[in-house]
Amino acid sequence: MENTEFLVQLILLLPLAGAIFNGLVGLFIPGLRKEGIIGAVGTTVVAIPFVLAVYLFFGLQGHPEPAIAKIYTWMAAGNLSLDFAYRIDQLSILMTLIVTGVGSLIHLYSIGYMHGDRGFWKFFAYLNLFIFAMLNLVLADNLVVLFLGWEGVGLCSYLLIGFWYQERQNVQAANKAFIVNRVGDAAFLLAMFILFKYTGGLDFGTVLSEGPQLSTTVVSWVVLLLFIGATGKSAQIPLFVWLPDAMAGPTPVSALIHAATMVTSGLYLLARLSPLVLQAPAIMAVIGIVGALTAIMAATIAITQNDIKKVLAYSTVSQLGFMFMAAGVGAFFVSIFHVMTHAFFKACLFLGSGSVIHAMHHVEHDLQHRGLIPGHGDPETPLDSEAHQHPTRNNPLPYDGPFDAQDMRTMGGLGKYMPTTKWTFLIATLAIAGIPFLSGYFSKDEILWKAFEYGVDKHGYAWFVWGVGIITAFLTAFYMTRCYVLTFLGKERWPHADQVHPHESPVTMTIPLVVLAFLATIGGFLGVPAVVERLLGVSSWIHHWLGAEYGGPVAEAAVSPHGDNLLLIEILLLVLGALIAVAGVLFAWSRYGKQGLAYDGVIRERFGALYRWWSQKYYWDEAYDKAVVDPVIGGSYKGLAPFDQNVVDGSVNGIAKLTYAIGRGLRVIQTGFVQNYALAIVLGVVVVVALILFV
Amino acid sequence: MIAPFLFFILAIGAVAAALGMIIARNPVNSALLLVLNLFCIAGLYLTLNAQFIAVIQVLVYAGAIMVLFLFVIMLLNLAEMPRPQQFRWSYALALVLGALVLAQAVYVIAEGFNVIPAAASPEQAAATGTAKAIAMDLFTTYMLPFEMIGILLLVATIGAVMLAKRRFI
Amino acid sequence: MDLSHSLNWYLALSAVLFVIGVLGVLLRRNVIVILMSVELMLNAVNLTLVSASQAFGDVSGQILVFFVMAVAAAEAAVGLAIVIAIFRNKLTVDINEFNLFKN
Repeated sequence: MENTEFLVQLILLLPLAGAIFNGLVGLFIPGLRKEGIIGAVGTTVVAIPFVLAVYLFFGLQGHPEPAIAKIYTWMAAGNLSLDFAYRIDQLSILMTLIVTGVGSLIHLYSIGYMHGDRGFWKFFAYLNLFIFAMLNLVLADNLVVLFLGWEGVGLCSYLLIGFWYQERQNVQAANKAFIVNRVGDAAFLLAMFILFKYTGGLDFGTVLSEGPQLSTTVVSWVVLLLFIGATGKSAQIPLFVWLPDAMAGPTPVSALIHAATMVTSGLYLLARLSPLVLQAPAIMAVIGIVGALTAIMAATIAITQNDIKKVLAYSTVSQLGFMFMAAGVGAFFVSIFHVMTHAFFKACLFLGSGSVIHAMHHVEHDLQHRGLIPGHGDPETPLDSEAHQHPTRNNPLPYDGPFDAQDMRTMGGLGKYMPTTKWTFLIATLAIAGIPFLSGYFSKDEILWKAFEYGVDKHGYAWFVWGVGIITAFLTAFYMTRCYVLTFLGKERWPHADQVHPHESPVTMTIPLVVLAFLATIGGFLGVPAVVERLLGVSSWIHHWLGAEYGGPVAEAAVSPHGDNLLLIEILLLVLGALIAVAGVLFAWSRYGKQGLAYDGVIRERFGALYRWWSQKYYWDEAYDKAVVDPVIGGSYKGLAPFDQNVVDGSVNGIAKLTYAIGRGLRVIQTGFVQNYALAIVLGVVVVVALILFV
Repeated sequence: MIAPFLFFILAIGAVAAALGMIIARNPVNSALLLVLNLFCIAGLYLTLNAQFIAVIQVLVYAGAIMVLFLFVIMLLNLAEMPRPQQFRWSYALALVLGALVLAQAVYVIAEGFNVIPAAASPEQAAATGTAKAIAMDLFTTYMLPFEMIGILLLVATIGAVMLAKRRFI
Repeated sequence: MDLSHSLNWYLALSAVLFVIGVLGVLLRRNVIVILMSVELMLNAVNLTLVSASQAFGDVSGQILVFFVMAVAAAEAAVGLAIVIAIFRNKLTVDINEFNLFKN
């Protein structure tokens, strides 16, 4: 394709330019710091790359060779030349479309959501910077530029999670995200070092041709380390702990970064390096099992959460587990398929929750202005700090502390007031639950089918993956429906609900919701199951687009052909998947629809100690605190701090003291008496002459 | 025969005058003894056929510089300095160093030089110290230093005037 | 005069005068006497130069003496002016009193 290099540069540099513009304008030109200008610039620099990516997408039809655009040589040493080189192939273009498409919708949404915020310009600068980094990640042609993007998105995640930095816990959440990611990044770096040592290069051409030929041990180590890096970025066990805390950031951030794009980087990495991963079957088992465990763990936690964003956060962790399950059984294109559908419905869910939170903030302000709850310096109704969880006259809220706009216990019945949000949220909920013919059904069931098929192909762990996947699918339907019902149906549960009502969000926020819900509905048809392919003659577009056997870049595990034997089982499994989804939805709808919040109590009683484990998130944070955080901080206080003060500062001060002491010692020579100086001169003459004469 | 005799008389005179100069208590005495020393050295120049230099020595050194010294001594109306009361180690060291310098100088002299024989006849020898001989080189080869010396003297004059004024303007 | 044998005497004399000058600089406390001792040292060097000039038949030595005398004159003038300037404030010419450079 002509102009590819130019288009790639444009795609990459427009968001960067947007970030610089927004940043500089925000800092230095208050006159231009209008929300309209910044919002328009911020959104356009992401929307235009989307259009360009569409153009490139059409250019890739028919599977030509991937185009590699080398923009700039970063560093060259010896035989290694690291360039800013970008690869346009089916996988990277698909990811680019997702990033820029969903990204521009979220930028548009943010114009409404962040309205009135003092850091409006900063927000858009950071968002644009994030898009730039993410594009670097998905378009990179070598691991170094990918890592640059990898770190860049981590940085932007940190900046955006801690966006409202005035609250201490936001900053702590941002730190946690960055530090935990760092652990994964260290593993990634080690993998890069090993790859370079054994293959001599870091660009994908070299890695994918030489890499698979290395010994299994080396490849296994590389893949394991890369997977550890992926668990950091994509929130799997053991490095997922940052994602729930990351909900402290503004909701568009959660939607873009922690649902649709950044957290999928790990999956992209595995898909890109799929020829390599397939050479390490033992590690693939690890990937599959870890994914499965993460999925079910997060799903059980999500059942117990009351904060709407936390439910979605754990749901994200769980769905990412599904994607890794697919990678673990060698079906990388399916994991990318689920990346795509997940981006649609999860972004829709997050933006919907943002819409809800936005509305509940207005409710909160309304209540405070009318003096019905404390806040805004109202002295008449002080908080009773000993109020327990039941509404009393002094504390009308069912939980301790001030009004929380994100807590579902004070929501309910919002569907009356926010119809667009309600319908889009419902569609997205049904999609993630896996209701037939919505997008989640196709991708999730494809994952389960691939696990099943792999198990039939004599890989034992795949059965475990499949079983866990079935249970988790049910749980997913259950907790997501719970979330929907508690938020939008039933009676209003916030205090003085008769006087204070929320209202629907502005159009800049509802348009993206509608678009995403539409995509969540029809997006699944891009990847029809194999049996449908066989019976109806329709092909799975995404399989043909990405799969290596059709000329694409994503490899697939070789499964011994089973002909038509398993056709019936495949159809039965499709039906089973549909039934599970429907059962989960109906079960939750009936229980929570009738009993509302009280059904939570029923679950708590039925599961007892298990419920406590789930609601305390399996005590992961506490365990890390005890095992890692406290020793490090204690070690710093006891070991490093004294070292810094005594040794480092001591040596610096010591040098100063030494200089001073030498100076004081040498001062004695300056007696001030001229004759002493003359004496010294003559002495010098005698010595020098003696030296000349006798040496 | 006269030459060594002259040399010794003048040499002893010079050394004695020098010693006297540094021992004398009264600064006027010191100055006058230095004048005597300068005359002796001028005599020694004459024994070396350096007529021009000898005359310059008397005119400039003894006649101008020492007069200047005497002017200053009398202007400041200096009294006699007292003898040093206590023994100081710096004095001993100074004497030792002086002795060392002398020893080194004598050592160098004793090493000997390869002397290129100078002019053969007394007339030629006498011709080397005349004003004409000096002027020949001074105004050709050494013209630049000559002019620089002029400027140097100008600078010194200005400097001395500035330093000794009552108030700096 | 043929100095091929007696040059050493002149040089030795010059060395003695030079050392006397050095001792005067190091041992006397009167600034003016110190300046005079410096003049004595310069004269000793002049004597060396003239005797060497006669020994080697080169008149450049005497020209150098000429310049040395000029410089000595300039230096004596400036030095004495400085002494006068200091005397105005300190009312003494004891060199041990000129110790403002101490430490």
